[in-house]
Amino acid sequence: MQHGKYRFIAGFLVAPLSLYLLFVIWPFIQSIYYSFTDWTGLSPDFKMVGVDNYTKMLDDDVFWKSLQHSLTFALLLPLITVSLALFFAFMINVGGRRRKGAAIAGVRGSGFYKIVYFFPQVLSIAIVALLFQFAYNPNSGALNSALQAVGLDSIQPDWLGDPDLALWCVMAVLIWSTVGFFVVLFSAGMASIPKDFYEAALLDGASRFTTFFKITLPLLWDTVQSGWIYMGILALGAESFAVVQIMTVGPSGGGPDYSTIVMPLYVYQKAFRDGQAAYATTIGVALLLVTLLFAAIVMRLGRRERLEY
Amino acid sequence: MKTTNIEPTDADSDADADAGATRGDDPMGKQGADASPKPVKSREGTVLNVFSHGVLILWAFMVVMPLLWAVMTSFKTDRDIFISPWSLPDKLHFENWSRAWSSAHMSDYFANTLIVVGFSLVGTLLLGSMAAYVLARFEFPGNRFIYFLFIGGMSFPIILALVPLFYVMQNLSLLNTLPGLILVYIAYSLPFTVFFLTGFFRTLPTSIAEAAFVDGASHTRTFFQVMLPMAKPGLVSVAIFNFLGQWNQYLLPTVLNTEQDNKVLSQGLVQLAVSQGYKGDWSGLFAGLVMAMLPVLAAYIIFQRQVVTGLTAGALK
Repeated sequence: MQHGKYRFIAGFLVAPLSLYLLFVIWPFIQSIYYSFTDWTGLSPDFKMVGVDNYTKMLDDDVFWKSLQHSLTFALLLPLITVSLALFFAFMINVGGRRRKGAAIAGVRGSGFYKIVYFFPQVLSIAIVALLFQFAYNPNSGALNSALQAVGLDSIQPDWLGDPDLALWCVMAVLIWSTVGFFVVLFSAGMASIPKDFYEAALLDGASRFTTFFKITLPLLWDTVQSGWIYMGILALGAESFAVVQIMTVGPSGGGPDYSTIVMPLYVYQKAFRDGQAAYATTIGVALLLVTLLFAAIVMRLGRRERLEY
Repeated sequence: MKTTNIEPTDADSDADADAGATRGDDPMGKQGADASPKPVKSREGTVLNVFSHGVLILWAFMVVMPLLWAVMTSFKTDRDIFISPWSLPDKLHFENWSRAWSSAHMSDYFANTLIVVGFSLVGTLLLGSMAAYVLARFEFPGNRFIYFLFIGGMSFPIILALVPLFYVMQNLSLLNTLPGLILVYIAYSLPFTVFFLTGFFRTLPTSIAEAAFVDGASHTRTFFQVMLPMAKPGLVSVAIFNFLGQWNQYLLPTVLNTEQDNKVLSQGLVQLAVSQGYKGDWSGLFAGLVMAMLPVLAAYIIFQRQVVTGLTAGALK
């Protein structure tokens, strides 16, 4: 009996686990090891060089730029996206005209808003990035010609070509494509908060804005926190890679004078453009540390008593 | 020809829905104003109502505009795209679409994506549910360790593993092949799938599986004939999640699949954009973009409820 059970467990785990170990875990371990070597990726020969790659990294201006941009993403993107989404979700759920017998009500057409807001979430980030690259085009893009149409001929920014603007343009695209997901997520959470809480608070003379900070936000805290971490990981990882690589100019992306370079893109360029695989993994390890640190900080700062209702 | 038929209707229904909401909003705002000489509370509610509709419509507009603009642009000539980006097409240039479909290889990209996502999705669900079932329902040494090994993969930056993975794939002769890409998609979809389904299997009642087992069914048979059918809602959610993730995948194929004939949709489009920069066929590129957007948007509108549940389920846990 016991024997049969273990054979079954092993039989069910062997395929998924070996696939996962071979393609995910093993490369992760390898890359940490490679970061202490001088491996180019082009030839199979390499030797250990200690922490040379790490000291090189600390002297690399482009690395610091990429770190700075990635940190900006990790700090600002969750803040802006989550705040906007909370705002929209609150408007959807509480902004409705007062109906008989209910203290608060959702706006009319709330279903419509939720459907439309979610559109970008189902599109590939690559497609979104391409689309906005054209919208930002300084000569014939949608944005500048819209500015012209309303008589603002003098304001014709270079958008992605302007080193001071490019990073913000990229961030705007990431915000555009992710807000809807969080609106729907928070909306679901808000809908499950009992209406009596609002009723009682409004009877006691609280304004609707007070109820947001005193009722909605505390009861939604867990969701907000996990949304925050999710958005941060996304802003540090594959999404920012795709957006920056596709949208910004320069050899294989990164913007004028590396003004939009982010860590995952720099890893990619070092490994697959410059033939410095070992150095690329070093930057990758730094990115891993930043990601873990970010998650740890958010969980630490966000810890508070869980409210049951 | 079929895609071209679907396309304008979709754009129309978007516009209609938008206009419908605007129309519906106006009378309501007036009613709200009429009701204002009531107590102060109610006025606050009315102001809030008008304000919230204003903001919500503004954002809806900002979401829909770029998409409609892309649809519109895909029917224009290159000249019109450059001279007047916001004007309506002089006539519907369907030739952009056929050019993108055949000579710009969109048909190949679609076919490759279908193959890769089809096999990956089945593989992910099968392997993911097997691992999750065992981890959720059986006590054995190392259970917790394997579980955390799987879910740890959710927060690691994938790019870090991709550098060595490139060479692992090369050594296995899987680089630039569709089977290789499928295996990688499955492996990288496992963390979330295992995490989600483990949670789901834990919520299912144990008594039915025990009954089946007492009746003489083997563990394997119990899994396939009793547990999997019971887990269907969870499987649907996680399938939708993985379908969108794999269909839209950009990073993995960009690194691991650079062979022209094997390109999948999103990377193919990006390459198209780069090469069209030289050829100047922007209208064809926009047609390709819209072509790639429409199937997922249409599927989303049809399966709206399931998609939202599938995508938000993970974050709510």
